[in-house]
Parts: sequence; C-alpha cells; structure tokens
Amino acid sequence: MPQAVDLVWLVVLLPFLGFLVNGWISFFRPEARTAVSAVGVGVLVAAFAAALAVALGVSDAGHGEPTIVHLWQWMPVGALQLDLAFQVDELSAVMLLVVTGVGSLIHVFSVGYMRTDPGYPRYFAYLNLFVFFMLVLVLGASFPVLFIGWEGVGLCSYLLIGFWYTDHVNATAGKKAFIMNRIGDFGLLIAMFMIFRSTGSLDFRTVFDAAPTTFAVGGATVTLITLFLFLGCVGKSAQIPLYTWLPDAMAGPTPVSALIHAATMVTAGVYLVARSNVLFAMAPVSSAVVAGVGAITALFAATIALKQWDIKKVLAYSTVSQLGYMFLAVGLGAYAAGVFHLVTHAFFKALLFLGAGSVIHGMHHAYHATHNENDAQDMRNMGGLRSAMPWTAALMWIATAAIAGIPPLSGFFSKDGILAAAFARGHDAPIFIVMWAIGAVSALLTAFYMTRLMLYTFHGPSRTGEDEQDHLREAPWVMTGPLAVLGVLAVVGGLLNLPHIAPAGAAWLEHWLEPVTDAGSAYWAEIHLEVATEWLLLGGATVIAVVGMLGAWFMLKPERLEPAAAATDESGFQRVLKDKYYIDELYDAIFVRPLVWLSRRVLWKSVDDGVIDGVAVNGSAKLSQFAGWIGTRFQTGRVGTYILAFVIGALVLIRAVMR
Amino acid sequence: MLGPSLGVSAVLFSIGVMGVLLRRNVIIIFMCVELMLNAVNLTFIALAQQLGPDGQVIVFFVMAVAAAEVAIGLAIIIAVYRHRESVDLRRFNLLKG
Amino acid sequence: MTTALFWFFAGLAIVAAFLCVTRRSPVASALWLVLSMFSLAAIYVLLDAHFIAAVQVMVYAGAIMVLFLFVIMLLNLGADSSTDMVGWPGRVIAGVLAVVMVIELWAVRQMLPDAGLTLPAGELQRMTQEQGAVTLVAEPLFRDYLVPFEITGVLLLAATAGAIVLAKRRL
Repeated sequence: MPQAVDLVWLVVLLPFLGFLVNGWISFFRPEARTAVSAVGVGVLVAAFAAALAVALGVSDAGHGEPTIVHLWQWMPVGALQLDLAFQVDELSAVMLLVVTGVGSLIHVFSVGYMRTDPGYPRYFAYLNLFVFFMLVLVLGASFPVLFIGWEGVGLCSYLLIGFWYTDHVNATAGKKAFIMNRIGDFGLLIAMFMIFRSTGSLDFRTVFDAAPTTFAVGGATVTLITLFLFLGCVGKSAQIPLYTWLPDAMAGPTPVSALIHAATMVTAGVYLVARSNVLFAMAPVSSAVVAGVGAITALFAATIALKQWDIKKVLAYSTVSQLGYMFLAVGLGAYAAGVFHLVTHAFFKALLFLGAGSVIHGMHHAYHATHNENDAQDMRNMGGLRSAMPWTAALMWIATAAIAGIPPLSGFFSKDGILAAAFARGHDAPIFIVMWAIGAVSALLTAFYMTRLMLYTFHGPSRTGEDEQDHLREAPWVMTGPLAVLGVLAVVGGLLNLPHIAPAGAAWLEHWLEPVTDAGSAYWAEIHLEVATEWLLLGGATVIAVVGMLGAWFMLKPERLEPAAAATDESGFQRVLKDKYYIDELYDAIFVRPLVWLSRRVLWKSVDDGVIDGVAVNGSAKLSQFAGWIGTRFQTGRVGTYILAFVIGALVLIRAVMR
Repeated sequence: MLGPSLGVSAVLFSIGVMGVLLRRNVIIIFMCVELMLNAVNLTFIALAQQLGPDGQVIVFFVMAVAAAEVAIGLAIIIAVYRHRESVDLRRFNLLKG
Repeated sequence: MTTALFWFFAGLAIVAAFLCVTRRSPVASALWLVLSMFSLAAIYVLLDAHFIAAVQVMVYAGAIMVLFLFVIMLLNLGADSSTDMVGWPGRVIAGVLAVVMVIELWAVRQMLPDAGLTLPAGELQRMTQEQGAVTLVAEPLFRDYLVPFEITGVLLLAATAGAIVLAKRRL
C-alpha cells in the first residue's frame, strides 16, 4: 500500500512542471502574468504540502532505515551501478521542508517584487527550475544524483544572478559565480572517484555502511576524500577562499538572493558534510580543517560587513559569516547543531533579504517617480524609513535580534548550540577553544553590523531627498505577508531544538536526526558540559549580543552620514574593510590576469593561430603544395628525363617480379 | 647453351640501355633500342631450344613489327628534323610546360 | 667446337655492340651494329634456329640497318665532329644503371623454366632435321598463330602508308 514517503517524486516533479509551463509561457505568451503567478507559486505550495506529507511519513515510520525510492536505472556500467533514486530520511525531510517552505514564501514575495519586470515568466521558470534541482540535490540517494542537483543549482544560480543580463556587470557576476563553483565541483568529482575506487559504489547507504570497514580512521584515503568533498563545499557555500562570488551575486533580483544565496543553495555544502558525517568523523584532520575554515570565514566576513554601504552586500557577507558557523558546527561533529543553524538561518536570513527587498523596492519606486539616478541600495541614501515602512522595519528588527542571538529567538539557540559544542571540545584540544573565541567575537561583530544596518536604513534622519519622500511607502501585502510568516518562524524556530537545560528542552531536532548522524557521532567523544558551564555560556552569548547591539546603537551616528553621491571616501583600515581586504584584486592579479594572458597569448595566438591554423590547417595545405611542386620537378618536358624514368621503372619492375 | 645465351642477352640489353641514356643523337638512341630488341630475340631463341618452336615464331613477329616500327620512327625523325633543324634530344622540348 | 664458336660470336656481338654505342660518328655506329647483328645470326644458327638466322640477316641487317644508313646520309649527320654524348654526371648515371640492369637480369637468368615444359635434349635439332627449318617455323605460324600473322600484315600496310605520309614534304 502506497506510503506517503513514496510521494516524494511528486515533490520533485511539481517544480519541474512549473519550469516547463512557465518556460513555454515565456516564449509563446509572455503577457500571461496571472497564469505564471498561479503556476509558479502554485507548484511550490503544492510541493510543500507533499513535502509535509513525506515528512510525516518519515516520522511515522519511526527511527530506522532510510526509505529509498527507486525511480529508474541510470547507468549500469561494468562494476558501477548508478540509479536515479531518492533517499527519504530525517535529514532529507528537514531539507525538503526548508526548501519548499521558504521557497513558497519567496515565490509569493516575488509576485509583488517582480511585478513590473518584463522578464516575469522567465524569472519564475528559472526559480522553479532551481527548486527542482535543489530538491534533487537533497533527496539524492547517491553522490551522482546529488551532483546532478549540485550542478543544476549552480546553473540556475548563474541564470538568475545574470537575470538582467543586458547589464554587463550582472552577466559578469553570474559568470564569476559559476566558474568559482566549478572549482569546487572539481573537488567533489575527485572525491567521488576516490570513493568509488575504495568502496566500489557511490550510493550513500552502501558507502556509509561500508566506510567503517573500508577506511582506516585518520587514514590518508578518507582524509583526502573528505578534503576534496570539502573543496566542493567551499565553492558552493562560499567559504574562504572561494567566497568572492557571493557578494557579487547580489547583482541578481533580491528574492533570488534570499532563496539561493541565503536559504538553500549555499547550504548545500553543509548538507553534504552532514550527509557524509561518517566519512568526516573518520578523518579528524579534515574535520578540523572544516571547523577551522568555518571559524575563520565567520570572522573574516563579519569584519568586511562592518564597512559595507550596500544593504545587500552587508547581508551577503553576513551569509558567508553564518555559513562559517554552520561549518564550524559540522567540523566539530555537532552535525545536528549545524543543521539546526541552517534551518534558523534560512528563516531570519530570508526575512532579512526579503525585507531589504521591500526597502529597495520602495526606494526604486520613489527614485523612479522622481527620475533620480541614485543607487537605491546604498544605505547612505536611506535613513528614517521606519516611518514610511513600519511593518518592514519591525519584522527586520525581529530578524536582526534573531541573528544577533537575543534569547529566546531562534538564532540564539542555534548559535549557542554551535558555540557550546566548540567550548566542550576545548577540553580535548585547546584549538577548539580558539575556535570558540573566534565564534564569540564574530557573534559580537554580527550583532554590531546588523544593528548598524537597521540604524542607517530605518532610523535617523532621512537622506533620501525631499522629492522622494512622498513616494516612499510600505510594500504591498503580497510582499509583507511572507515577511510576517518568516518573522513568526524566526521567533519560534528555536523550539525545534531547545537545549536540555532549558525548561521543556528536549533537543528535539537533534534526536530526530540521530538515525542519520549516529554513524558519525560514534567517532566523536560525547559533548558534555557541566550545567553551570552551559548556563554561563548562554549568559555570555546573551551579553555579547546585547553589547554588540547597544554598542552599535550608541556609537554610530547616522546624522553624520552623507548621501552616497556626496560621501567622502574612507581612509586607513576602514578603507581596507570597505574594499574587502582587496581579495578580489588579489585573485584578479594571481589567477584571472594570468589565465586571461594564457588564454590570449598562448592558447589563442600560439596554439590556435599558430599550431592549429598554421601548422595543421595551413601546414597541410602547404605540404600538399610542396608535394605537388615536387611532382612538377619531374615533368621537365625533356625526353631525356622521361627515358631515365622509364629505365628506373623497368629496373624496379624486374626486381619486383623476381622470385 | 641456355645459360650463357641468356647471359649474353643480358649484357647486350644492358649495353642498349646504357646507350639510350648516354647519347643525345636521336638516331643513335633508336639504334640502341634496336639493339635491345635483338637481345630479347636472342633470349627467345635460346629458350626455344628448350621449350619448342613457338619461341622462334615470336622472334619472327618481333622482327616484322620492328621493321614497321623503324620505318615509322625514322619517318617521324625526318619530319621533326625538318622543323627543328637538329636531331639533338635536348631540342625536342615541346612537352615542357 | 660448338661452344668455342658460340663464345667467339658472343664476344664479337658484345664488343660490336659496345663500340656501336660509343662511337662518335653515326655511320660508324650503324656499321658496328650491323656486325653485331651478323654475330647474333651466327649464334642463332648454333641454337638450331636456321630460318630465323636467315631472316635476321635479310630483315634486320639487310633492310632495317640499310634504312638507318639511308636516313643518316639523308640528314647529312656524318659530318658532325662534336660528340653527342652526355656530360659526366649523365655518364655516371648511365653506367650505374646499366650495371644494375646486368645484375638484375643475371639474377633473372637463374629462373629456369619448369621441368614439365622442357623438351628432351636435342629435340629441336631432331625436329629441324625431320621437318626442315622453314617448316619448323611455318607450321605453328600458319596454324596456331594465324590471326597474329594476318594482323601483322595489316600492320605492315599501315606502316608503309604512315611512313610515306609522315616523310612527305608537302601533304
């Protein structure tokens, strides 16, 4: 009898159908906006309903084996048996709900945000396609199926970042994202090759079941495999050193930034590590690398966010920083904590991005009405928007509190889970205390720069301009509605995984994920903290959050800001932060320029023009000409030459017929 | 006497070849060609002694055809001489393109 | 006796041929060739080809070489004093190729006919004594090779007409 879990293919199929329909519409009936909205949003909501059914089905089935929904044979090649199959278990159920749930809200928001855009059908087609690929990614039962989704979301990211492709900057940003992702994908591929070589299979169940017996704990093979897997994560989830594409990706529409570059695609790396937890647990060196990179990235990105003026860039660096937290968690063996932060981050970061979208939407509307050319995303052009957009401001304040870690909002619990794990591990190795300290400092900075963002945008005097004031107004309910829903989730999301010391705390998510994470947790020492220590940590986190927020509130003076066009440039260390530590310029000098030079001078001029055109094509022509010229030398027109040729021919023939 | 005859034939033929390559006078070249034909005739006659009178019949034909060939060839040489005023092979270069 | 005669005439033929090829005067070349043909006729006799020997003298030495001499005289070539041999590079090539030719033909010489086809020794001599030299050639000629014989007749006719037309001053 069909179980709800078997419906999982429906969840995947619905967005794909949405893509096909919207794609058709975009070619043949581009004016049919209502149909696009209905289909685009409808398939997502339906997919969410189906996802709920699947998740309930998983919980009904109880803890135990994951359900593999086998669709068809894909590639039986020799010893390799690749099938298109979905794995429905607790982890994929969580991801499923996040993707379809937050995705639905963002689709609804997009109806309002993109209302006047001529590429409306194309937008929804791409967005649906993205959700389809993301679902394939989180549901894949084997590395190759995951990789299909992995590549697919990279493609959709490129398409959506460069959505307004007529502007060169957007197209370049899309390219940058895609190419940096590919560097990571190379790592993922190498890891897959190595996994197949060691275990003879690429299915998750087979590989992870065989891992304890196939690999030596801490051995070179499993360490290399996990390091290469992590390389893939570094690319996809924008960690150091492959993070520079994410701030540039803000060139795309803001709902895209919310969905892809905050809630879902960039979290794929965290999902991959969580899924492969047994491999990472068997390679302590790799896990330490993961945690270390995560921690450093968290701090690094937070410092840059301190001095960004574009509202979306602040949020972008914030995302990079929060992703660092998630990797810190999974690098410490706290896989559930990492996933928990992934979920809460989806709530409040999506809320922040959509709220910023509302602000930008309002600013654009105002500038459009007054034919103003100023940058609608620069915070120096904003200020005091709280009066014009009260709902957006309030909801964004909720999200800010959540991300800063004010109890009892969701971000507080998820961030605490991570920092507690780091502190607890500190007993075993001091390096983890260092990571805890880095995490704490980053939390302080997070509170600070987020408050800064709110202060400059919504409070203080308005820098927008006299003429625009009449045109600034709140976003329509189709946009603020999803904001409200996300706001509620950001507040109550903490209930998913309350720590044990809290009243009614049952660490529900952690226990729910145990069937997936137990395999890896077996290799880690249990995270054990004294009750008193834990309360201390909770208190400390609260203090940090409050200090950060109050510090920004009192130290920063929005009155002293000038509108962007008239603003003076920073100097000194502030300049360095604003210019992102010149990392982009560094990459340009080290990688981009030499590659372009290589392509132009070597591969183009030398190889293509010189060797292929010159030697192969023209050369073979010259060779034929030469052969012909040699032929002409024989045709002298003199009888004597011909006689000589006769004689030589006769000699050869006689030799040939001799026995 | 088959072996020695074939040897003589070989030498005569080679002398003919040498002459063809060596001389520039068309008529002398023609004569060397006749010498080659004679060497071949000798081969046929020598083999006829082993294999039957058919070889001699072939020689008969060769001579007849050689006669016809010489007649025509010399007529051609005369005709060309009238145009070129020379029988030097180097002057017959109308084929040169 | 036969062998000695054979070697005498063979040597004569070769020497005469060599001299034919190397003389400066065309007339001298022609005459040396005549001598070589006579020697060959003698060798034919020794090889039991009496009729063919006679035909050799009549046709080759008697008609063909006479024709050569006529043409030489006609074109007044005897007066030429400068040699018409090619220069030294050509002489070397000619010499080398001639030597190669001798070597190759010498090697071919080793390939003797199948034993099944060979007549018993002295068979041809017996047939000549039995039938007569002329009949020996005539019988296969008019029986097995009749068609080529007739065609050769036509060929000679064509040659005659052709020679006349080609050599005319004005058509």
